Amino acid sequence: MSIILNNVCYTYSPKTAYEMQALKNVSLKIGDGEFIGIIGHTGSGKSTLIQHLNGLIKASSGEIYFNGRDIYEEDFDLKELRTRVGLVFQYPEHQLFENTIFDDVCFGPMNQGFHKNEAGLRAFEALRSVGLPESLYYQSPFDLSGGQKRRVAIAGVLAMKPEVLVLDEPTAGLDPKGRDEILDLIAGMQKSRDMTVILVSHSMEDVAKYVERIIVMDEGSVVFDDVPKEVFKHYKELERIGLAAPEVTYIMHDLRQRGLNVDTDAITVEEAKQSILKLFR
Amino acid sequence: MGIVKASKLVYEYIRRDEEGNVESIQTALDHVDLEVKAGDFIAVLGHNGSGKSTLAKHINALLVPGEGTLWVDGKDTNDRENIRHVRRTAGMVFQNPDNQIIANVVEEDVGFGPENLGVPTEEIWKRVEESLRSVGMLKFAKYSPNKLSGGQKQRIAIAGIMAMEPKCIVLDEPTAMLDPNGRKEVLSAVHELNRKKGVTIILITHYMEEAADADYVYVMDAGKVVMEGIPREIFSQPEKLKSHRLDVPQATLLAHELKKAGLPISEGILTRQELAEELEKCYVNYSK
Repeated sequence: MSIILNNVCYTYSPKTAYEMQALKNVSLKIGDGEFIGIIGHTGSGKSTLIQHLNGLIKASSGEIYFNGRDIYEEDFDLKELRTRVGLVFQYPEHQLFENTIFDDVCFGPMNQGFHKNEAGLRAFEALRSVGLPESLYYQSPFDLSGGQKRRVAIAGVLAMKPEVLVLDEPTAGLDPKGRDEILDLIAGMQKSRDMTVILVSHSMEDVAKYVERIIVMDEGSVVFDDVPKEVFKHYKELERIGLAAPEVTYIMHDLRQRGLNVDTDAITVEEAKQSILKLFR
Repeated sequence: MGIVKASKLVYEYIRRDEEGNVESIQTALDHVDLEVKAGDFIAVLGHNGSGKSTLAKHINALLVPGEGTLWVDGKDTNDRENIRHVRRTAGMVFQNPDNQIIANVVEEDVGFGPENLGVPTEEIWKRVEESLRSVGMLKFAKYSPNKLSGGQKQRIAIAGIMAMEPKCIVLDEPTAMLDPNGRKEVLSAVHELNRKKGVTIILITHYMEEAADADYVYVMDAGKVVMEGIPREIFSQPEKLKSHRLDVPQATLLAHELKKAGLPISEGILTRQELAEELEKCYVNYSK
């Protein structure tokens, strides 16, 4: 299973004064079970890109293939694509609307055409996998804390059993513990369900810690697409486009400049620690 | 007395059913004591739901204490007659910039506050210009706010408060919805106001890096002040911060980890540079 983007371009409000090219010749291959991070400053085209992945936005030019089939072909079932590629928007808790948490999570599978029993089963499973205590299932989603609401919103997408889960800044506005909990949850699911996960993030520290591959966007183009270590080697170029490397990477560069022979490729606190301790052995 | 002083502050959110019977009581502030000196830069840290926003709303008299007393500029906020004075002393900036901007043109938005206070027109324009300059947004005076980035909008909101010339500004997670560049812009604008204009700043946040430059830090959990001190004291206790659902900057965390592994590093490292210097010293001693 894979998603292939071939020379995808997208222009907002074409032929008007507000015309803006948001994606420029983006070509990507997203393989099975990958854990990908997309980074880029505000307005770099990240959100536009992910909305192409489930056909919410139609490319101005270029093709997108889902499992080898062109999604813009006339008989391609876009509705089905949207259940196979689940999109969790920014602040997804703003989209909760039902009276109970359980009903809210059932909405997706019911909409897919599943019988009430099957939908309920899926909702139950999804809520369990986001770690929400069972005692809350029949309460109003609006009484939950911010982090819990977000789990419910993610469960709502999981209940549709997507093969690809795309999350747009899932940790925005959460406190540090809440952030770690959500990211650990996503990483855990990616492994246990063998799901492809695409994570849009502003935090270099988070992508460095979790993902296996980073796609860097700038002005609508993909500028880097590689494993985190390789991407963060280009920290000077990243700075030029409004991004940075994780803080520990800078510490390692500082140390190297001071003549300490440490590994400047370290991108997590753990790696930095090991590399520094080696000096003292 | 400091510009803001709280003594045994208690506030409860009470939920009632249709008949008015009490359904549940949630204690948001539980005997909070704090004192802020005029001209200080204070950070209040705490996880989502720890009570920090409730505290912020008290400083602007949007909420009044259930028990205990809060004085702003020496005035008790419980006394209705003081409310105007309290609100003019302490301005508030909220999390979402889009909810705080009302006019179609940046300069009109900034002028709204002083106009409401009955400031003469000429003086309003002077204040608008000065406030916009102090947050580095003067060249956007004639722009439409909806064409600005999140960080720029938030700076407009701050300029709007500045134009009312408060002695104190309370910022409730002003950077939570911004990207890293927006966060930097807003923070440096706030520090500038504090340094150059002597405005007292109370910054409410859960980003630890933003608290590192504060004069004094309060940490809240479950409505209580659980830690207080200068940033160095607070950040030298990463485990304790973690137990309050918080976190320390990566440089501090790495320093702490290395210390645990046996390197002779001093506690309370806050910045990259401090850590690099400290490690260099260690290494030189070790090589001898």
